[in-house]
Amino acid sequence: MANLSADFLGIKSPNPFWLASAPPTDKKINVLRAFEAGWGGVVWKTLGSQVKNVSSRYSAVDFNGGRVMGFNNIELISDRPLAINLKEIEECIRLFPDRAMIVSLMADNNKESWHELIKQVEATGAHGLELNFGCPHGMTERGMGAAVGQDPEIARMVVEWVMEKATIPVITKLTPNVHSVVPTGKAVVEAGTDALSLINTIQSVTGIDLDTLVPNPNVAGKSVYGGYCGPAVKPIALKMLTTISQNPVTSKVPISGIGGVSNWKDAAEFLLLGASNVQVCTAAMKYGFRIVEDLCEGLSNWMDEKGFATLNDFIGKSVPNITHWEDLDINYHIVANINQDKCIHCGLCYIACEDTSHQSINLNYGNPYNTYTIKEEECNKEKVLNT
Amino acid sequence: MAIINHRLTAEQYEQNFSDIHPPFETHNAALVDANRCLFCYDAPCTKSCPTSINIPKFIKQITTDNIKGSAHTIFSSNIFGGGCSKVCPVEKLCEGACVYNLMEEEAIPIAKLQRYSTEKAIAQKWKLFERKPSIGKKVAIVGAGPAGLSCAHVLSREGIDVTVYEKESKGGGLMTYGIAAYKVTPQFCEEEVNYITSLGGIDIKYNQALGEQVTLDELRQNYDAVYLGFGVGLARQLEIPGENMEGVVDALQFIYNIRSKQYKEIPVGDKVAVIGLGMTAIDAATQAKRLGAKEVTIVYRRTEAEKPCTDVELDIAKLDGCNLLWLASPKEVIGKEGKVSQLVCSVMSLGEPDASGRRSPIDTGNTLTLEVDMVIKAAGQIPFEQLVTTHQINNNKGRVTIDSNCATNMEGVFAGGDCVNGGKEVVDAVQAGKDGAAAILEYLATNNTN
Repeated sequence: MANLSADFLGIKSPNPFWLASAPPTDKKINVLRAFEAGWGGVVWKTLGSQVKNVSSRYSAVDFNGGRVMGFNNIELISDRPLAINLKEIEECIRLFPDRAMIVSLMADNNKESWHELIKQVEATGAHGLELNFGCPHGMTERGMGAAVGQDPEIARMVVEWVMEKATIPVITKLTPNVHSVVPTGKAVVEAGTDALSLINTIQSVTGIDLDTLVPNPNVAGKSVYGGYCGPAVKPIALKMLTTISQNPVTSKVPISGIGGVSNWKDAAEFLLLGASNVQVCTAAMKYGFRIVEDLCEGLSNWMDEKGFATLNDFIGKSVPNITHWEDLDINYHIVANINQDKCIHCGLCYIACEDTSHQSINLNYGNPYNTYTIKEEECNKEKVLNT
Repeated sequence: MAIINHRLTAEQYEQNFSDIHPPFETHNAALVDANRCLFCYDAPCTKSCPTSINIPKFIKQITTDNIKGSAHTIFSSNIFGGGCSKVCPVEKLCEGACVYNLMEEEAIPIAKLQRYSTEKAIAQKWKLFERKPSIGKKVAIVGAGPAGLSCAHVLSREGIDVTVYEKESKGGGLMTYGIAAYKVTPQFCEEEVNYITSLGGIDIKYNQALGEQVTLDELRQNYDAVYLGFGVGLARQLEIPGENMEGVVDALQFIYNIRSKQYKEIPVGDKVAVIGLGMTAIDAATQAKRLGAKEVTIVYRRTEAEKPCTDVELDIAKLDGCNLLWLASPKEVIGKEGKVSQLVCSVMSLGEPDASGRRSPIDTGNTLTLEVDMVIKAAGQIPFEQLVTTHQINNNKGRVTIDSNCATNMEGVFAGGDCVNGGKEVVDAVQAGKDGAAAILEYLATNNTN
């Protein structure tokens, strides 16, 4: 059995699966259930000045019968009183001392507010802080969340304030709603953050009700941009993670990977691209905390098969395999192959190649089954010639 | 032993004749199967449909919540798409060709999905087709079955004024009168006919039989063209002694009664022999059982390997508890006081393949005797040979002869469907009607006589 235990900035957890700052981590009852189910740690839902949420605040994108390919929310930070949150955090730490307890923070935009909040949270015994510089809705209008993360200099300033006060490890969470996550990442690393986490949600409009013509989620006839997450955002998150892993400045600190992690394979991919652990939310919101069982078992089996004894044996292993386009081998060719024994004659290869690619598949009409064969010389042709 | 009705309770009749292939109960249930469809290119299912319904397209349209578009796609190719979804032997057509079969997976339930879209359209009376303004041309159609009405619909859409002459009091032909009630109800058939004619421009005159209430000469005089789609209808006789005894009935007549009367009114024997193993034989045997017959035996002169019905159909009969007697050919019906009491059969063996490619049955000289009180003959239907011959229509043993343009030997008279092919599936007749309509449109365009 592979060893799944994780050490993130000295914060130990029995596995690399943390629940991200979100509804599943906003109160004791949820967090205790998560720990009972086996989650390695949680990032407690963002604390700050108490807010009030709208009740209609979620929407989803389905795809070809699959439910919740992507998920969207317009929820703000914790809407529960700070004192209750702090008390419950303390209790959760006491009941599950072997699990990681990180607390997400978004103070009002001045040094005193940050220092006061940090002081109160550290008093709970929490193991680390995560700075929410990513929330794309609701808080940005107040100069917080993504409004901080989108401006490297503001982010740098806030991290400097935090680092003056914090005595426990600080993770800065980056917003993806920028042309590149690297500038803010660099700024906050230079300002002293101990680690980075990414990505937060991506601004989105998930769809429009074609009867009412109101976009989702419908809040009394109006909607706003929400934060998009779930399986649909994973490829974007992996790309952004890679840019952080490959930058000489940002790669110096550990990274907590976030964005559409739904199963152990997703988690392995984040780790291969340089994350030291992963945070999960949407999958847990869809299926419940029980998914952690297969996250652990699947990752462990894969590690055994690959001969990886610990997480560190493969963290970052795929980072060097993503290079610049001009460094690719221009003479590397692949040619399509159709195994006639397995072909079911659906014709999808043919029509895709014929309509949208290079007309490299022969069609021999049959009744009812056509036969498809590859024109190897066409498929192999250097397409730059545009013949 | 006796042939009697009222054998079962109302609940038993209800249960025995309820829908054998229930529809999807919810939209989500339809979506699960619709989403499995791979959306094949030049799809084998479409190529295996005699009317070439664009199946991947109509299934895709279910997944996009475009049920109207889905129904339109189906009806554009097959105006009887609703009925066909219930009666087509899809296991040897679209579903039999589904590529999932090649993966050893369940085929897409195409018929059930087709039913999903078409039933909605028919129930909600969606107006999916617009008739062009009348162009002042008139066409007479003989027979309001699948061939005739499919032809009528295409013609009317093009602005032709169509009059259909139907010998029965309802339209739909064998769909209405010749198919097991647990597959399609007479009520649905009526709704389907009404839906087809709701296009306008199609006037069905009922109780008008060709050669009786109306003559071909009149039709040729009064219309710009005539389409013959009067089907087949006469049951093939066994030509054996005792065939006319009380208790010997034609399968088509038996099924006709089930469809035009209440189930409890239909008499059935205790021990029934059904002769033949086509679709009609199965429909007769299973329904005899479902009406309360104690024992039903299907008598077939060849073996299971040569059977004309599909495996799915045979399974229905087996599951209904019908017995199967292979390699037995009726030789004589024996009776007491003019009523059937026994069926004597020649025991057959298989010889060389015949014209159909199936091994032919040869009489071994031995016989066996079944104790029965009812014999249902389902040995095939024969064309209206006399009707065709008296009208001097070129024919082959009663089957109307047509050329590649669906035209008969008589100027302006076209034909298609069972009266031409001798009896095929409903879906084949629908395509024949479309072909006939196309030929008539071309004829009218080039022969601007009126």
